[in-house]
Amino acid sequence: MVEGFLSQFVDAYYLRIMVIIGINIILALGLNLITGVTGQLSMGHAGFMSIGAYTAAILTLQFGLPFGPALVAGACMAGLFGFFIGIPTLRLEGDYLAMVTIGFGEIIRVFFLNFELGGKATGLYGMTKSTTFTTVWILVIIIIFLNAKLLKSRYGRAMYAIREDEIAAEATGINTTLMKVLAFTVGAFLAGLAGGLYAHYMGYIAPKDFAFMKSIEILNMVVLGGMGSIPGSILGAFILTIAPEMLRIVDEYRLLFYGALLVILMIFRPNGLLGNVRIYDIKKRFKKKEV
Amino acid sequence: MSILKLEGITQEFGGLRALDTVSMEVEQGKIFGIIGPNGAGKTTLFNIITGIYIPTEGNLFFKDGDITSTPAYNVARLGIGRTFQNIRLFGKLSVIDNVKVGSHGVTSSGFISNLFALPKAKKEEEIITAKALDLLELVGLADVKLEFADSLAYGDQRRLEIARALALEPTLLLLDEPAAGMNSAEKLDLMELINLIKEEYKLTILLVEHDMDLVMNICDLIAVLDYGKKIAEGTPQEVKSDERVIMSYLGVQV
Amino acid sequence: MFWEQLLNGLTLGSSYALIALGYTMVYGIIQLINFAHGEIYMFGAFVGLLLVTVFGLNIVVALIGAMIFCMLLGMLVERIAYRPLRGKSSRLSALISAIGVSIFLSTLMVLIRGPNTTRYPEIIKINTYTIGSVSVSSLQIIILLVATLLMVGLQVMIRKTQIGKAMRACSQDIEASYLMGISVNRVISFTFAIGSALAAAGGVMVGVYYNAVWPYMGLMAGLKAFAAAVLGGIGSIPGAMIGGITIGVLEIFGVAYLSSSYKDAIAFAILILVLIIRPQGILGQKKIKKV
Repeated sequence: MVEGFLSQFVDAYYLRIMVIIGINIILALGLNLITGVTGQLSMGHAGFMSIGAYTAAILTLQFGLPFGPALVAGACMAGLFGFFIGIPTLRLEGDYLAMVTIGFGEIIRVFFLNFELGGKATGLYGMTKSTTFTTVWILVIIIIFLNAKLLKSRYGRAMYAIREDEIAAEATGINTTLMKVLAFTVGAFLAGLAGGLYAHYMGYIAPKDFAFMKSIEILNMVVLGGMGSIPGSILGAFILTIAPEMLRIVDEYRLLFYGALLVILMIFRPNGLLGNVRIYDIKKRFKKKEV
Repeated sequence: MSILKLEGITQEFGGLRALDTVSMEVEQGKIFGIIGPNGAGKTTLFNIITGIYIPTEGNLFFKDGDITSTPAYNVARLGIGRTFQNIRLFGKLSVIDNVKVGSHGVTSSGFISNLFALPKAKKEEEIITAKALDLLELVGLADVKLEFADSLAYGDQRRLEIARALALEPTLLLLDEPAAGMNSAEKLDLMELINLIKEEYKLTILLVEHDMDLVMNICDLIAVLDYGKKIAEGTPQEVKSDERVIMSYLGVQV
Repeated sequence: MFWEQLLNGLTLGSSYALIALGYTMVYGIIQLINFAHGEIYMFGAFVGLLLVTVFGLNIVVALIGAMIFCMLLGMLVERIAYRPLRGKSSRLSALISAIGVSIFLSTLMVLIRGPNTTRYPEIIKINTYTIGSVSVSSLQIIILLVATLLMVGLQVMIRKTQIGKAMRACSQDIEASYLMGISVNRVISFTFAIGSALAAAGGVMVGVYYNAVWPYMGLMAGLKAFAAAVLGGIGSIPGAMIGGITIGVLEIFGVAYLSSSYKDAIAFAILILVLIIRPQGILGQKKIKKV
């Protein structure tokens, strides 16, 4: 409906991009919670996305479930996996966690490659394209809102504290393992949600859509935008969805760019564009200029 | 009555024995000092008390409850707060947020409640904020409450750490070299602060320090560690004149 | 049959061991998981191929050439992407930078050679010997010999030379080493050089043995070699050797007696189990939290 209204003013091509941006924002916000806020480097985010995508797709295709419940079920499934994977692995130190999450991502991908019901390497196709511009962006707005509330709450503070200094966080009464698992679960849930939206937007999915490189893409969005920052993740998702489109960068070069970008950012601007940038500091700078 | 009891605490790291059958009792409401040369095991002792390490042997009691293998976050919630030798603040959180984090363990609003900003969570957040402001006033950091914690001057950072520990509403407070890097004026302020919070919050304080003036001035009792063993215990006067202590630590000057 | 599989496993395992050594040595000194290490191995394989096919060199010279090239590549990576971050940045930043390098290098190779598999030409005349009822190929013997030689050489260097002593000192206490006048930067560069050279040797050997190289071979082998390093005890050189051989053997037996589609999952499963049950690995020491 909204789409019909908008399509009078805006070219369908741009509407398509906006949908993809919306889905990427949800992915970025989920990873941001795990990696940017809580400081746990998760390299298997695409795996959770695929769980959500396949679950939702199978439910609508094979079981005739309506879109809404299927979407939720997909997200919950992903969240569940996040929970169970998180519990044993989040005790590990950062370095190991990264490797293990890559491992899990691979295991999930190999699983779907061999999964009968999921169509193995061919994947699934024929899903109703129920994902609309409206659907996505209403969800995006809700998720941004809830995310912001969470980060301002004591849970958000606790998660930031874990990133800053895990031992001090423990000594300050924070059950760090619980908090890390919580962040991981919510992040996975959001990835699953994005996956379900993606599946019913494209109408077809295959294991290669959720390869390791997808996880890298999402990581880049979070890192570029600024780890721990909601506006940062939104900006990162925006830039890294639009730029390749606008510049017509071929897939291979895109990855080259991502790799170099990560290194350059870490050396020159580890906080990305908006990390640790607060309105308070900006106001302060203006006040100083007046004086 | 004794609020903290250590019985035969031994800590081994591979081949190294950092602590060797250390026993002591800390009486409630007192300021108890732990001194000793570098490497004597003082911080290791703190880490054991706060649950960061589990001792190889021995038992630990807090208010008669066995906390030998209690994990660090539970120890904190039971009422043991601490500061660190090398300051461990949450650098990229604001000053006031650092203190608010301290309240995390003593609040109970649930995840959903916080996510949707339900009344219970809102109410609790107000209490947390009010308490944090009070504590910042106490340590004199209310003006900079919105600055990043890692932008503070060194002495301010130390005081922020204390405020954060106080947010836990502890009954026992462990201060690990709080005066390190301070000048005489700052140390006087610190002494005042320690006495103040002890009275105000009815605390028992356990203090590791190298500054002898501070220790002698402020502590009711002192234990001396050397090479992981407790070699002396007593009032400041007794310890100052104890031969073994002098030999191992204070040097020739008496 | 069993003995043949065992031999296969030992051959595969020694290539993992050669790669694992690089991981473990670097981690032992600067506590960084060099994500890009797998790509160095991959480059080694390709450079070896290049030297043999384009320059017509014999395999021994090609091996040495590949090792030298990767030595330089490894040192370059350290200089550009890791050294600037040493000391001042969080572990998370260093990890992300390493991932960036890994992506960059693998994509670079895809751009140079395309994503598909290239065959190694028949360089060595392969004879098959029969011992008892077991058939052994001369290739296996050569590979095992070369690998053993290299590993023994490494041990000798570590134990008997000045630089080896410096490496050991740095892995125990890098600050003290610095204060004692050891040029820490030089030691680190050297460590990267040696690790990369060994990985390159592994790459060439795998290329020759399996007759195939492809740009993403580094990702898989790298993860498995990391699992090997962890299994043996990260930071322990003998551990990396043991871990590598073990994983190679288990992988071959897993394929022979279980199923081949999950062969990649074997190493991950081991990694996860080790990290959960005995994180210090076989020969590693339990790490004490420094608070």
